[in-house]
Amino acid sequence: MTDFTLWDIVRNLLLAGRWTVVLSLIAFVGGAGVGLVLTLLRMGGLKPIRWLIRLYVDVFQGTPLLMQLFLAYFGAAVLGFDVSAWTAASVALTLFTSAFLCDIWRGCVEAVPSGQWQASRVLGLNYLQSMRHVILPQALRLAVPPTVGFSVQVIKGTALASVIGFVELTKAGTMLNNAAFAPFTIFALVALGYFILCYPLSRYARYLEKRLYGAGIR
Amino acid sequence: MTLDFSTLLPYSGHILEGLVTTLWLTVVTTFVGIALAIVVAYVRDLGSGIMSRLLGGYVEVVRNTPFIVQLFFLFFGLPALGIPISATVAALVAMILNLGAYTAEILRAGIDSTARGQHEASRALGLSRLQSYRHVVLVPAFSRIYPSLISQCIIVMLGSAVVSQISVFDLTYAANFIQSRNFRGFEVYLVVTLIYLLLAVGMRLSFELVGRRLFAFRQGGSA
Repeated sequence: MTDFTLWDIVRNLLLAGRWTVVLSLIAFVGGAGVGLVLTLLRMGGLKPIRWLIRLYVDVFQGTPLLMQLFLAYFGAAVLGFDVSAWTAASVALTLFTSAFLCDIWRGCVEAVPSGQWQASRVLGLNYLQSMRHVILPQALRLAVPPTVGFSVQVIKGTALASVIGFVELTKAGTMLNNAAFAPFTIFALVALGYFILCYPLSRYARYLEKRLYGAGIR
Repeated sequence: MTLDFSTLLPYSGHILEGLVTTLWLTVVTTFVGIALAIVVAYVRDLGSGIMSRLLGGYVEVVRNTPFIVQLFFLFFGLPALGIPISATVAALVAMILNLGAYTAEILRAGIDSTARGQHEASRALGLSRLQSYRHVVLVPAFSRIYPSLISQCIIVMLGSAVVSQISVFDLTYAANFIQSRNFRGFEVYLVVTLIYLLLAVGMRLSFELVGRRLFAFRQGGSA
């Protein structure tokens, strides 16, 4: 067995950390896209559509992310697709993210006083115009801090992709540990890696929140 | 594509066993985690001593690292330092530390929104420090943050699925076990996911029931 220096461990973790970042970005961008469509449909749509989206959100919020990953991985196989851990993790994390963002953003849209809606409709704007020019700009300001805050949950969520064999930071940690057997050092470094990614986002979210509410909006 | 749920039936005992583990882990975590959060919030509320800073660090570390990494750190890391720890204990400690950190932060927001003057007034009226903390700070704070607290406890219950990865025989472990026997991964995970969903709904309902009794004083009042 070769000896692992601390640098070997750090280097390998950094290399794998790239995939944590990439997967987080895929999940966040994909989830934001799907989440935005769902939010818009939910605000304006017909009753059955609203009801379905609510069910979607409740199911993703009420079940473990780990199970969602397993279902994406094994479910695709049942449907006859041969999916890689990459695809399964991307799909599951995107759907998971979209459900949470849809819920966060719905709250933000609802927080815009309904008088704004009525006023813009009375002034002759149609649904999309009111949404685009009146409601969304205001909702967006409210939405930024919790959305940044949720990105931390997305990054942490990618750690679970390790369980279905996706080699990112956590999986690299367990693999390195099997070879080097220095669990204390390795998992402390893995945790540090996530902390470096997440802590600035947490701080930024808190700063944005303070600024928003400190400024007396809402 | 064909789904066959009948192959699950011989394994219902395993699912039940896993369910019991998930349940008791969640119940113990809920009580101990909330108690921990109260202590953390109290000490941090006292001021900016070294304890308060340490606890602040604990809260940030837990909130900014994945649960699965915390679990691996405890389960694999501590024995390497000569501190033996069983999978169940590691799982329980990790879950409690998690709920404790998140709840402490939620609780702090609740405490901050209680007017400071109330605390001072109750002290002036002759309540002891702890009495005042309990009745004037803690209970109103809890009644205000109760919805967030419910969500947090449910998140920790759902997150406990991860303890299967250090071979704690919980609901997810049972699912993995059955999947490895009958190769019906999708069916098993679908059923177990549904059980988790029911658990989440059940937890929310029971919490709301308890909350209505605990915070009965708020009903009818303007709060």
